[in-house]
Amino acid sequence: MSLIETEQLTRVYRLGDEAVHALREVTLSVAAGEFTAIMGPSGSGKSTFMNVIGCLDRPTSGSYRLGGEEVSAMSRDALAAVRNRKIGFVFQQFNLLERLDALGNVELATIYAGEDRRRRRDKAAAALTRVGLAERLHHQPTQLSGGQQQRVAIARALVNAPRLLLADEPTGALDSRTSLELMALFQKLNDEGTTVVVVTHEPEVARFTSRLVRFRDGRVQSDRPQRPDDAAAELLASQVEIMPDFAETAA
Amino acid sequence: MTFSDAVISALDALRLHKLRSSLTILGIIIGVAAVIAMVAVGSGGREQVVAQFRSLGTNLLVVMPGSITKSGIGLGSGSASSLTDEDAAAAVREVTLLQVAAPFVRENAQLIAAGVNWSSLVYGVDLGLFEARDWDVESGRLFAPDEIARGAQVALIGQSVARALYGGLDPVGQELRVRNVPFRVIGVMARKGQSAWGHDQDDVVLLPLNTARQRVIGRNAANSRSVDSIYLKVREGESLAAAESDVKMLLRQRHRLQPMQDDDFTVRNLADIAATQEESVGTLALLLAIVAGVSLAVGGIGIMNIMLVSVTERTREIGLRLAIGARPRDILKQFLFEAIALSLIGGAIGILTGILAACAIASLAQWPLLIEPEWIVLAVLFSGFVGVFFGWFPALRASRLDPIEALRYA
Repeated sequence: MSLIETEQLTRVYRLGDEAVHALREVTLSVAAGEFTAIMGPSGSGKSTFMNVIGCLDRPTSGSYRLGGEEVSAMSRDALAAVRNRKIGFVFQQFNLLERLDALGNVELATIYAGEDRRRRRDKAAAALTRVGLAERLHHQPTQLSGGQQQRVAIARALVNAPRLLLADEPTGALDSRTSLELMALFQKLNDEGTTVVVVTHEPEVARFTSRLVRFRDGRVQSDRPQRPDDAAAELLASQVEIMPDFAETAA
Repeated sequence: MTFSDAVISALDALRLHKLRSSLTILGIIIGVAAVIAMVAVGSGGREQVVAQFRSLGTNLLVVMPGSITKSGIGLGSGSASSLTDEDAAAAVREVTLLQVAAPFVRENAQLIAAGVNWSSLVYGVDLGLFEARDWDVESGRLFAPDEIARGAQVALIGQSVARALYGGLDPVGQELRVRNVPFRVIGVMARKGQSAWGHDQDDVVLLPLNTARQRVIGRNAANSRSVDSIYLKVREGESLAAAESDVKMLLRQRHRLQPMQDDDFTVRNLADIAATQEESVGTLALLLAIVAGVSLAVGGIGIMNIMLVSVTERTREIGLRLAIGARPRDILKQFLFEAIALSLIGGAIGILTGILAACAIASLAQWPLLIEPEWIVLAVLFSGFVGVFFGWFPALRASRLDPIEALRYA
């Protein structure tokens, strides 16, 4: 069954007198459990597509069903509930609140789910453990490396157990090794059953996914399954073997 | 987002910018403190006026000689010496609305007792005064009727005089020289406090009317019966206005004034004066409260200003919150709570500061301190209202942000 189903999805912005067609009748389905990469040059509509399927933006026309439910006509409050429970968002600029520690940042998403405080703490701690930060619950974002900060952001996206994880250029602010670690994490989460969609412009990132969709001028240019490259985790391990000094710095 | 989440989140956000939050709070503190202090001072002042007139008696008419005009120059009220103690006697005899009349003379005079010098207001009175002003001795006794009649050299003194001249000693039985005329102190009057015009009503010496006129004051050789003023006490429940017009008619008749001639006396009604005074104090209090209210409004604008800055600064945070599932109303609540927290903290400190200021002013002005518990409640509600009122617009603006644009905000 398709988790994401769009039909003739169109998004038109008005820039002064000019109409910008960011998305032109995009029809695309993503099945539950898939790991999809979306690529394309800037202005191709990939980010707009992410915003619409992430319920941050509404299409000008066309339909979008998330888990069989028509989302495009929902009210702002209903969309907020969908974003809270069904979707986890990861951004390029981690978007952590500096005044809160890792636990507090992850907890933020549960506050809007209306959980009681004790359960929130437990869930946030569990999510942080899942991304490998069990030892860093009370670190402030400024005390964490870029990769760790992005892991906190992923834990925040996961804390309400959404079926869909959307990541918009998640490795854009990270070095290549950390990017690899992060993709390993996404692969792991996908193996555990979460549907993942990643927007990226880095082919090295895209090659870890099982499907690659290319956008151009607001349309799907190509859409094909791919055999994911060797698991990122294995690659990471082999890299460490090749470059022992790297392991030292990591340790 | 529950209530306690919103409160905790608001306090967290305020703690992040301590200086900024403190300064904003300071604006509210000043506003609320000013309102509390001004309202307290206003009511205290009003209470003071009421108390002063009550000490004088509001059912009193005061008759004073009129003004005389010499070579075209008016010498002012009281400059004529047209009133006599016979007028007083006639008034109480013929105007049935009157309970008692108290004619008196008064002048400042030097006092000496046991080598101590003191200057005080010396009254020559008859027994009517004690009834008209509801005034009794605290120790000793009042004048006996025959002491008034024969002009005995006995004196009653007020508490301030007793303290100044005799210190801790019991003044009753002591000698007192008034302008070098020897008197024997026979009593100390009960405390009266400050008058409505601010002078010490206990800084007085009372002498029998005739004694005072003949031996101490004696200013008017032309008419040995003349007096400075007459207090007329109107019977309980009778109209002051009616008594006033009866008295005027009687005095015009006694002074043989022609219809076209002006009165050669004035009658003043203490209730009217009290009402006027109360009103003017009330107006002043209102004015002060308005000024204080303006400063509170300025404090509120400070909140609005800082909240607008805060919303702009935290645009990305708002975008993030929206992205992870905050509804617009959650964002509204968050920022509104911050504004309310600012104003309530300011309100609480402001109430304390205001009460302290009111205490200080009251003790300096020697006014009664009047702080009603309702004001505290009102001040809390009002500062909460200021928070909601001035916080609403920034919070609404925050809640209406578009999540994508907010996230993109640099």
